[in-house]
Amino acid sequence: MSSDQPFITDESQVVTETRDARMTGQGDRFNSRLREAFGSSPFILTKFDKFLNWCRGSSMFMLQFGIACCSIEMMHTYAVKHDLDRFGSGVPRASPRQADVMIVPGTIVSKFAPRMKRVYDQMPEPKFVVGMGSCTISGGPFQEGYNVIKGAEEVIPIDIHVPGCPPRPEALVYGVVKLQERVANGEASPVTVKPYELEEFSDLERDELVDKLADQIDEDELVMRYNFADSP
Amino acid sequence: MSLERPDTADDGAVERTPDELEALLGDLVVDRDDHLNAPGFVIRPDTVQETLSILKEQAGYDHLSLVTAQEYENRYESIYHLKKFDDPTQEVSIVVPADKDTPVSESAEPVFRTADWHEREAYDLMGVEYDDHPDLRRILLPETWQGHPLSMDYDQERPQIASLPEHANPLQEHHKDAESDTMFLNIGPHHPATHGVLHLKTVLDGEQVVDVEPDIGYLHRCEEQMAQNGTYRHQIMPYPDRWDYISAGLLNEFAYARAAEDLADIEVPEYAQVIRTMGAEMSRIAAHMLALATFALDINGDFTATFMYAINDRERVQNLLEDLTGQRLMFNYFRLGGVVWDLPEPREEFFSKTRDFLDQLPESIEEYHNLITSNEIFQMRTIDTGVLPPEVAKNYGATGPVARGSGVDYDLRRDDPYGYYDELDWDVVTEDGCDNFSRLLVRMREVEESAKIIEQCVDLLEDWPEDERNIQANVPRTLRPDDDTEIYRAVEGAKGELGIYIRSDGTDKPARFKIRSPCFSNLQTLPEMANGEYIPDVVAALGSLDIVLGEVDR
Repeated sequence: MSSDQPFITDESQVVTETRDARMTGQGDRFNSRLREAFGSSPFILTKFDKFLNWCRGSSMFMLQFGIACCSIEMMHTYAVKHDLDRFGSGVPRASPRQADVMIVPGTIVSKFAPRMKRVYDQMPEPKFVVGMGSCTISGGPFQEGYNVIKGAEEVIPIDIHVPGCPPRPEALVYGVVKLQERVANGEASPVTVKPYELEEFSDLERDELVDKLADQIDEDELVMRYNFADSP
Repeated sequence: MSLERPDTADDGAVERTPDELEALLGDLVVDRDDHLNAPGFVIRPDTVQETLSILKEQAGYDHLSLVTAQEYENRYESIYHLKKFDDPTQEVSIVVPADKDTPVSESAEPVFRTADWHEREAYDLMGVEYDDHPDLRRILLPETWQGHPLSMDYDQERPQIASLPEHANPLQEHHKDAESDTMFLNIGPHHPATHGVLHLKTVLDGEQVVDVEPDIGYLHRCEEQMAQNGTYRHQIMPYPDRWDYISAGLLNEFAYARAAEDLADIEVPEYAQVIRTMGAEMSRIAAHMLALATFALDINGDFTATFMYAINDRERVQNLLEDLTGQRLMFNYFRLGGVVWDLPEPREEFFSKTRDFLDQLPESIEEYHNLITSNEIFQMRTIDTGVLPPEVAKNYGATGPVARGSGVDYDLRRDDPYGYYDELDWDVVTEDGCDNFSRLLVRMREVEESAKIIEQCVDLLEDWPEDERNIQANVPRTLRPDDDTEIYRAVEGAKGELGIYIRSDGTDKPARFKIRSPCFSNLQTLPEMANGEYIPDVVAALGSLDIVLGEVDR
């Protein structure tokens, strides 16, 4: 093509229905029911917090976090057939730095609890937790185990508990949707001091056990102390 | 060593009577302690290596299936359950008592590499110490744990402290080795590629792996203690579902059913065995589908499509299993002496659903072959990576698709038949590639074999006369096997040889319940496959091992 001739598209060849609608602004292609509800005015008047909460609840990034049996059902919830993404909360993120919601899918044992707390701490605020399955409620079928933490609530705050062993994907979907409702209403479970906290070894109260371990653990190492006698 | 010992050629296939074995071991045998499944020889704690190497080299017992440690009122005891890869029905147990106050016995690690982790576990949970062990420290519980939880005087109420030493920045100075310029890197325990909560301590030289050490125990939920607290009849059966939880529940239940039924001498009706066999193979298909799905995901994130396809096929099997058992994942369908209920009514509908699934399966498998096995990128990543030679696999006690991918022709369904397998027509799949690709291929071909088995079971069930549909033998309400009876029985789970050792003490609860997890042994081979390879190949090797942490840690 020579440079002095401007490039002109032959309009008659490319016009499609969609393009027409776009140019003329006609047709109902871009009309949502929300838009209809607003009527003729393109402005809405609402509280900023309310709007932001609604946004939060409508688009949640999950943490890709598999622990035990429940994670199999969690995978099924994310995948075809149940497809959690339909509700605006189905894209698992591998990094806790990018996630809003942590689904805790399984039994928490003594070796893993400090790591889970660490992952939870790495998530940016505001963050929410769905406890999946009986193990995160009370330790479930393994409650009597010498190594099992009697519920994830001992370590991190939980917003929604989904009971079952394991819960069906439908149950998890229901739990997540309930969480979205709560988030949209601006509710979240309070962050309080938990029975099992991650702390530096030197901050522990000195007792027989701490004295015994003093030569094995550095002063500034993070530790979690379990008082199994006081567990529910 | 005595000179009279008959010096026979190294022929593993020859079966020896217990008395011949005793003669072979000569003075090493102190006493006899026979188990239901095998002759047992008591030896002194300082002759473990000598005894095991005689049995391995001269009698062909090349498979150390399990090491069980237990505590009696007056002594500790380690039992080495030996088998032959050529014929797993030939078994022998070596019983090593150890002193109650200072339980020390010799390590078997120089003879069988697999004893490394098994003895560490015995030390961790029971407190038996092993002389000559290369690295005797805790494996399942945190390093700082106090006491040995399965020993008799353990106080479960005592406080414990778990430390988190691995949180430091890996680029900090102390993570680098000043001389060799290597870097230490943590993979996991929360990581998308570790299939659960596994922690790999890797040392890297550039992009290459110098050393990888799996650190397990992040899902150690006391399965053995739970089983020891439950009654044989009903309370134990729900737990096996949660060992290998990738829908392989019925396979695990088969393991417990087989061990407990042999222990209590229960005869299972043939009809129930056919249903069990069919259900177990459905579970195997579901388990292998997930192995396929996650492996494709590990190799290259772009295979998410494969993941969805495989999950779709799993949903189909799970629907069938749900019709059969009433549950999607944790079936709790087997009972001692049979199954809990008959096939769902209307039976014709269930059969036609099952047949529909089987009919579309070849097409799905073809699709997977198009998507992954014939994909060049996939082949480049998996062929000749993660190589596991057959001798190494045997030495580590690897079983299941991992062993069969290395050309070890070992499948308990055929070699040590149980259920209804020996009446059916199917083949054991092996591949000789020894690499990641072969292990995947074995799983995909096993799905086809499972489909064959299911089809034959459906044919049988369809024609079963209505008045002979006996799903449950007469089993007493409370089972109390005789005092001090011991048995070790294994079945072919989705990941390999899943065995259970039970010792009864005359009550309705087992005195010792020990689980032989195939993944535990298989995972031990990871350093052999990964050292010297690139770091993505570690992830590929781990994916091809197809471990389930619930079963590794129990």
